Amino acid sequence: MTIVPTGTANTASVVAALTRLGAAVDEAASAGDVETSSAVVLPGVGAFGAAMDRIDSLGLATALRERIDANRPTLAVCVGMQLLSRDSEESPGASGLKVLEETVGRFGDGVKVPQMGWNRVEPGAGSRFVEPGWAYFANSYRLDRVPEGWVGSSSDHCGEFVSALEKGDVLACQFHPELSGDWGARLLDRWLQRVEAA
Amino acid sequence: MTLASRVIPCLDIKDGRVVKGVRFQGLRDAGDPVECAGLYERQGADEIVLLDVSATPEGRGHALETVRTVRSVLSIPLSVGGGVKSPDDAGRLLEAGADKVGINTAAVSRPALIGEIADRFGNQCTVLAVDAAAGAAVWEVVVESGRKRTGLDVVEWCRKAVAIGAGEILLTSWDRDGTRSGYDLDLISAVSSAVTVPVIASGGAARPGHLAAAIEAGASAALIASILHDGDTTVGKLKRALGEAGIMVRP
Repeated sequence: MTIVPTGTANTASVVAALTRLGAAVDEAASAGDVETSSAVVLPGVGAFGAAMDRIDSLGLATALRERIDANRPTLAVCVGMQLLSRDSEESPGASGLKVLEETVGRFGDGVKVPQMGWNRVEPGAGSRFVEPGWAYFANSYRLDRVPEGWVGSSSDHCGEFVSALEKGDVLACQFHPELSGDWGARLLDRWLQRVEAA
Repeated sequence: MTLASRVIPCLDIKDGRVVKGVRFQGLRDAGDPVECAGLYERQGADEIVLLDVSATPEGRGHALETVRTVRSVLSIPLSVGGGVKSPDDAGRLLEAGADKVGINTAAVSRPALIGEIADRFGNQCTVLAVDAAAGAAVWEVVVESGRKRTGLDVVEWCRKAVAIGAGEILLTSWDRDGTRSGYDLDLISAVSSAVTVPVIASGGAARPGHLAAAIEAGASAALIASILHDGDTTVGKLKRALGEAGIMVRP
């Protein structure tokens, strides 16, 4: 499978987690890799705009959007999930992949930001990947509604937000499955099984 | 609903080995950071902090290798501090598999470093480590392992660091560290009420009640070291006691 080099900091942890589960992970060098790979991972921490700049400079945006629209095996993590949106309050003026017609917003006042630590995840009706449990989050921005056509799992940080989205073999997690202990490993393993079946 | 309160074991690493007298039952080699980190994860640790106390360039090289090997087995967050002086230093640790990087003395010398690391890697990667010593009226920031006072007011420094880009504060009471007399609750309360980011309480823990008091004073997490390394208790026992005290923890 192929990981998109978003130039951000959780790549080593994502690769380590997938490797523990027996996957072989290479970096995407071109749009062709994103088009042809059996599975693509879009990691991301840091700023929305910086990660999107990196994707644009590598010329990967169209290939990513097309495989997600086609429900092909794709895993997006943290800011990687946010990149599916139209834009984000974090980086005004920057455009996302626009798979979703949503704007990513900042957590409200009255709560610790970044959300840093373990929070409960409740799977949405019909979820194929997510089971109830505790996930590790490190984010200041989030989606607050589930886009049409997607199954959304939810968590609560001074108000409900979308902690995971899935559609076909696409799984997008606001939390870090690679840092969420055995629960996260089981989630990744379920997604990998879909990759093998696809 | 809020986040679970975290219990975070801290391992001091020197030249690729755990130092500070770790005495476990059931480990082949109590000084191996991979074995220690793995054991704590199995006990239910919410995160691991590695503090590199090496003083030499060779030691720093060992630290990167340690981060790589710990990362390969660890499926919980890994926060690494010690000797970070530049965004490139931080980048090397993150590339090796750290999820967060702690900065301390270098940030005091040049506060802009906090913003440089946050801009490049995100504020959730940027941990400000602060060593606080009680003064006549306020707490003072100390550096160089407590040898040097800086004249900085701890609360003001934390507020400034968060404004520049720190996403978490690892707050160590220099007076309490190693004393087993409990965390400095007034310090925790003063800092956590002054900033919006999570505060990790450090220095002085000996009993579950100490951890509960730190959480109630406003800490999002409690750092523990010697009580674990000495084999006095386990992460699991501490978290069960916190749960019984009505504090939400990840089971």
